Amino acid sequence: MNWPIIFDALPSLINGALLTLQLTSTSVLLGLIAALPLGLMRASTSKLLSGLVLSYTFVLRGTPLLVQIFLIYYGLSQLSWIRASFAWSMLKEPYWCALIAFSLNHSAYATEILRGGIRAVAPGEIEAAKALGMSYMLRTRRIVLPVAWRLALPAYANEIVLMLKASSLASTITLMELTGTSRKIVAETFSPYEVFISAGLIYLGITFVCVQIFGLVERRINRHQHRPLSKKGREPGEVSTDAASQDRFIA
Amino acid sequence: MPDLHGFGGQILSGAFTTLEVALTSLIFGLVIGLLGATAKLGPIKGMRVLAGAYTTIIRGIPELLIILILYFGGTVVLSTLYGDYVEVNAFTAGVFSLSIVFGAYATEVFRAAILAIPRGQIEAAHALGLGPVLTFRLVMFPQMLRYALPGLGNLWLSLLKDTALISVVGLEDLMRKASVAAGTTHDPLTFYAVAAALYLSFTSVSLAGLNVLELHANRGVRVLGGERR
Repeated sequence: MNWPIIFDALPSLINGALLTLQLTSTSVLLGLIAALPLGLMRASTSKLLSGLVLSYTFVLRGTPLLVQIFLIYYGLSQLSWIRASFAWSMLKEPYWCALIAFSLNHSAYATEILRGGIRAVAPGEIEAAKALGMSYMLRTRRIVLPVAWRLALPAYANEIVLMLKASSLASTITLMELTGTSRKIVAETFSPYEVFISAGLIYLGITFVCVQIFGLVERRINRHQHRPLSKKGREPGEVSTDAASQDRFIA
Repeated sequence: MPDLHGFGGQILSGAFTTLEVALTSLIFGLVIGLLGATAKLGPIKGMRVLAGAYTTIIRGIPELLIILILYFGGTVVLSTLYGDYVEVNAFTAGVFSLSIVFGAYATEVFRAAILAIPRGQIEAAHALGLGPVLTFRLVMFPQMLRYALPGLGNLWLSLLKDTALISVVGLEDLMRKASVAAGTTHDPLTFYAVAAALYLSFTSVSLAGLNVLELHANRGVRVLGGERR
């Protein structure tokens, strides 16, 4: 171990980690905003809507994220009408391309997780809402989404950690986030172990903090329950929260 | 396969490499996962701690970084060991990293699957005089498979897609061949779309296969109301 190299690299690595965090949180936010209507459509009884969304999530979850990034970054610049459009000012920047690819990818996974949660809402609760005369919008907002969100959270927390790790792919299109920065330093110093392992430890630290925060959130939103949902011993007849994680591809 | 500016054959051979890497990593990864789950549920505390550290660390670090560590780090370690420059082959480094990653996730899947087997089943096997090997083969394994298959299926699909990452260290896989062809012909849209379509066909075939496997593993399981969960 060459300690001076680690100390010299640390400030740049931390700067890289900040970009990693920024990329991850922005894509998670954008992905989630897109996933909300998509998840509702996917869980709806309409075969057409559900099928349309399924084809979207199927393509995005069935191809490597790296291919998606390259398609957007290298592929789109080939089309002259894109280069002539106003979107080009964004699409020529690797930062925006990575962000678009990550957000699309995340929205697909989040949609399927949300669908799992929505489908796991007890039918009796929805029937009760209908019996009270609630409109679709009202019962979705007051009954379905709050329950679905609680059921889907454990799987979704996992997905966010996967998104954090997937953000390392931004380094392949020259972005200097944590992995990109460490690759650059390794190329300059040729000390792969010291630098890559330091970067790995930073990732581990971020993951650890994420997992802790989501543990707290989970406990908080399930505080009305005698037994937390995430632990063993669910209510009889309740679909397990793993239902959402069981039928998804891991990023 | 269409000609694709003469790159059709190249892309096809890249696709074979992708499948080769994925299948090899699957086999090693399954073995690592079974060993890891045994260690995690075993009586030896040191092994439990070790397996716990392994799964926590590997699952918290990006796959790309693990590939880079093993590829570049492996070169440095081997070079110092041999006292001469040794370059790690991208295939070996790739299979090694993906097996380690798959093994870490598979450890958790197998662990949960073993825990899902009712304790009484294993006690009943002991009561019938079955030894540990027979208990595992006849009682635990068939039931474990049923619980583990959905999780393992997901892991296989992500493994298949993660192989694309090894192209970053120069493995001549589908992704790398597509990049080279895209660079030569200045037609990235076509080549990355072809690569995406091929990956999608691999995942589709896998999904269909996994459905068949799951139906087989669930044979004889009573289903309430005729609806499968």
